[in-house]
Amino acid sequence: MPELVPSPPEVAAVGPPPGAPDHDPAFSPQIDDPILEIDRLSLWYGEKKALKEISLKIPPKKITAFIGPSGCGKSTLLRCVNRLNDLVDGVRTEGDIRFEGESIYDPNLDINRLRKRIGMVFQKSNPFPKSIYENVAYGARIQGIKKKADLDEIVERSLHRAALWDEVKDRLDESALGMSGGQQQRLCIARAIAVEPEVILLDEPCSALDPIATARIEELMQDLKDQYTQVIVTHNMQQASRVSDYTAFLYLGELIEYGDTGRLFINPTKKQTEDYITGRFG
Amino acid sequence: MLGDSFTALCGGALALNLLLVFGILALLAWNGGRYFWQRDLVELTMKDGRKILGEVWEEEKRPTEGPRAGVDRLRLKTGNRDLAGLDFAWIDRKDIARIATPPKALLVERLEYGNFYGSIREIHAGGQVAASGPDASWRAFSPLHEAKLAERKTVEKLEKGDIGDINAAIEALRLDQKRLDLATLAPAEKARRAEALGRELAEREVEYQKLADRLSAMRAALDRDTVVLEAADGATKEIPLSGIVGAIRPNAMSGVAKSVLYLQRIWSFVSDDPRESNTEGGIFPSIFGTVMMVFLMSFAVVPLGVLAALYLREYAKQGPLVRMVRIAVNNLAGVPSIVFGVFGLGFFVYLIGGSIDRIFYPESLPTPTFGTGGILWAALTLALLTVPVVIVAAEEGLAAVPRIVREGSLALGATKFETLWRVVLPAAAPGILTGMILAMARAAGEVAPLMIVGMVKLAPALPVDGHAPFAHFERKFMHLGFHIYDVGFQSPNIEATTPLVFATALLLIIVVTIMNLAAIGLRNHLRKKYAGSAV
Repeated sequence: MPELVPSPPEVAAVGPPPGAPDHDPAFSPQIDDPILEIDRLSLWYGEKKALKEISLKIPPKKITAFIGPSGCGKSTLLRCVNRLNDLVDGVRTEGDIRFEGESIYDPNLDINRLRKRIGMVFQKSNPFPKSIYENVAYGARIQGIKKKADLDEIVERSLHRAALWDEVKDRLDESALGMSGGQQQRLCIARAIAVEPEVILLDEPCSALDPIATARIEELMQDLKDQYTQVIVTHNMQQASRVSDYTAFLYLGELIEYGDTGRLFINPTKKQTEDYITGRFG
Repeated sequence: MLGDSFTALCGGALALNLLLVFGILALLAWNGGRYFWQRDLVELTMKDGRKILGEVWEEEKRPTEGPRAGVDRLRLKTGNRDLAGLDFAWIDRKDIARIATPPKALLVERLEYGNFYGSIREIHAGGQVAASGPDASWRAFSPLHEAKLAERKTVEKLEKGDIGDINAAIEALRLDQKRLDLATLAPAEKARRAEALGRELAEREVEYQKLADRLSAMRAALDRDTVVLEAADGATKEIPLSGIVGAIRPNAMSGVAKSVLYLQRIWSFVSDDPRESNTEGGIFPSIFGTVMMVFLMSFAVVPLGVLAALYLREYAKQGPLVRMVRIAVNNLAGVPSIVFGVFGLGFFVYLIGGSIDRIFYPESLPTPTFGTGGILWAALTLALLTVPVVIVAAEEGLAAVPRIVREGSLALGATKFETLWRVVLPAAAPGILTGMILAMARAAGEVAPLMIVGMVKLAPALPVDGHAPFAHFERKFMHLGFHIYDVGFQSPNIEATTPLVFATALLLIIVVTIMNLAAIGLRNHLRKKYAGSAV
């Protein structure tokens, strides 16, 4: 457990180096051994600047939440971490993201290996049009695992880990598209876990789910904390306060405030944060 | 108000379309199906005392001007082409004194000259009269005829089996000799090999001669026993028993017996080889050729179209160039099919086929092997013709796979290729199969381009047989579409073959429908497998 000392408001723990253009330093927690370090990241969709010099550190084996109103750039930021934004036409980035100290924009980096180490769960559940078994085994097959016994073990372990095994163990060969929405989303988590990533990115994973299914996903996230670093994007502030250890508030492409979840929700230092979490806008 | 009448207009248009489609199907089914039903034989006694036996095919008012205009007349199938020169006769009703349906009237279906209508007078077997008189001969006919049919089967088996094998072997040896002539070898070695080949060839020819002698002996035995048939006007004709396909007394047959006969005739129509320049017998080679050609075409067109669609949709940078390619592809579908035929002839047959012949079959030249029209070139020509359909359908199928599913795969560390291969293509498979179904339907009905790239009126052999390499893609083939044209418009006996046109057209539709249903079944299976899939 990293030592967590909320910084006094007047001192920015993470901020631009001296001489950087005028940057509004967010109030950020002291994180000494970040697994991910976003460093002055800016992103343009064509002419539109969607992310503005965002810097923040994400601690290992914690849950970090990105909150903010629609269009604030939280999903875009998340998709930068596994470089999924590269696929979108007209995207340009500046700045850097370091994963375990190494830049993910390094031209020598194997992007597919990066994505194996940083898994992702999407806003809308997106199981492949295959059987439940094949969905979970997909990543393993991509990595070249062919032996049935190995695959069986990976599938069973991942489904257990995603708390789905008991529900689906008798119908592994059925299409994944026949499952309920909540089950599909947990299947997507199982599928992500199956490739044994270090980080799991969750992009509004519960936005299409009912409260019970949402509760199960949140419970699952807590269970997975011992092994994985999780970053969740949510527009649901209750969810952020329930599940996350750290929360970053983004607004119009800027990081307004970043801090320990308990502190940020009870005692926000920024006016905009306070307005947002008290429901005055958003 | 206006909306209501528009709805009615749309509904009316649909109803009209359906009416036309079902109308054409009903017309084909009625006219084609009626042909196989055995009608009663009628014996007409004319006012001048002549007797005519035959089947009434139709009745109409005489259309010509003149004294007899408007008189009812019958079109009678009288058969006996060898005696009368024609199969059909028009009879004015007012010339008929009496119409009877004699129960003993006999119909003999023959291998040559079509049907014979009349009665049996005598049967000659083993050099003597085995039976005499219509009743005794009729009783004696069946057992003798069945024995002859069995004998004929053995003869055919010998012809196609052993003799066919030896012929193939001799042909192969001849080609070996020619190949040896062309080869560059030391003279001594060449002479040694030539001698070995010559020896083997001589052996084979001795074998062939033995079989050929046996065959001609069997043929002679086959033709030895004869039947003497007598027509209604008293003329007689002696024909070998082995030349008879079957004989019946239709007027004495029960409804059940006629129904059985009906089914048998339909079966032999779809399973037999044609006779008498396609005007009689079955159309099996045409069905086989059509189906095989369409399958070959599918094997060529699906990979070609899908790969092109993958490039266009997934890899190419979308821009004016790709848009132009798309427009060009769509326009390709509108090019007249005969143009594809000419292209196929120039490119596939002459250029590629000619090159293959020069490189791989120099020993057969100047007789072309692949350098002439054949089922492979026909299939490839049609594949070019139908590839736009597959490209368009495959592109739509690919476009319908949601981006989020692709991202799901990429986010697991799959490469773009792995994503396409393992997720996108399977999800797009139903759409691709839709394209294949459309292509098959188009190809099965296409005739014009095939006429110059390998389709023939009568193919001596099927493209698949028992001689290695079993599938002979260079062979010419028969096709149902061309068969309709040939039988209906190029036949020497149009009156007799008109019903065959209907039956063949119906069969073509049925074959296309069956192939489409098979493909649709496959598509539904895939859809079910990927239940709720994108396409």
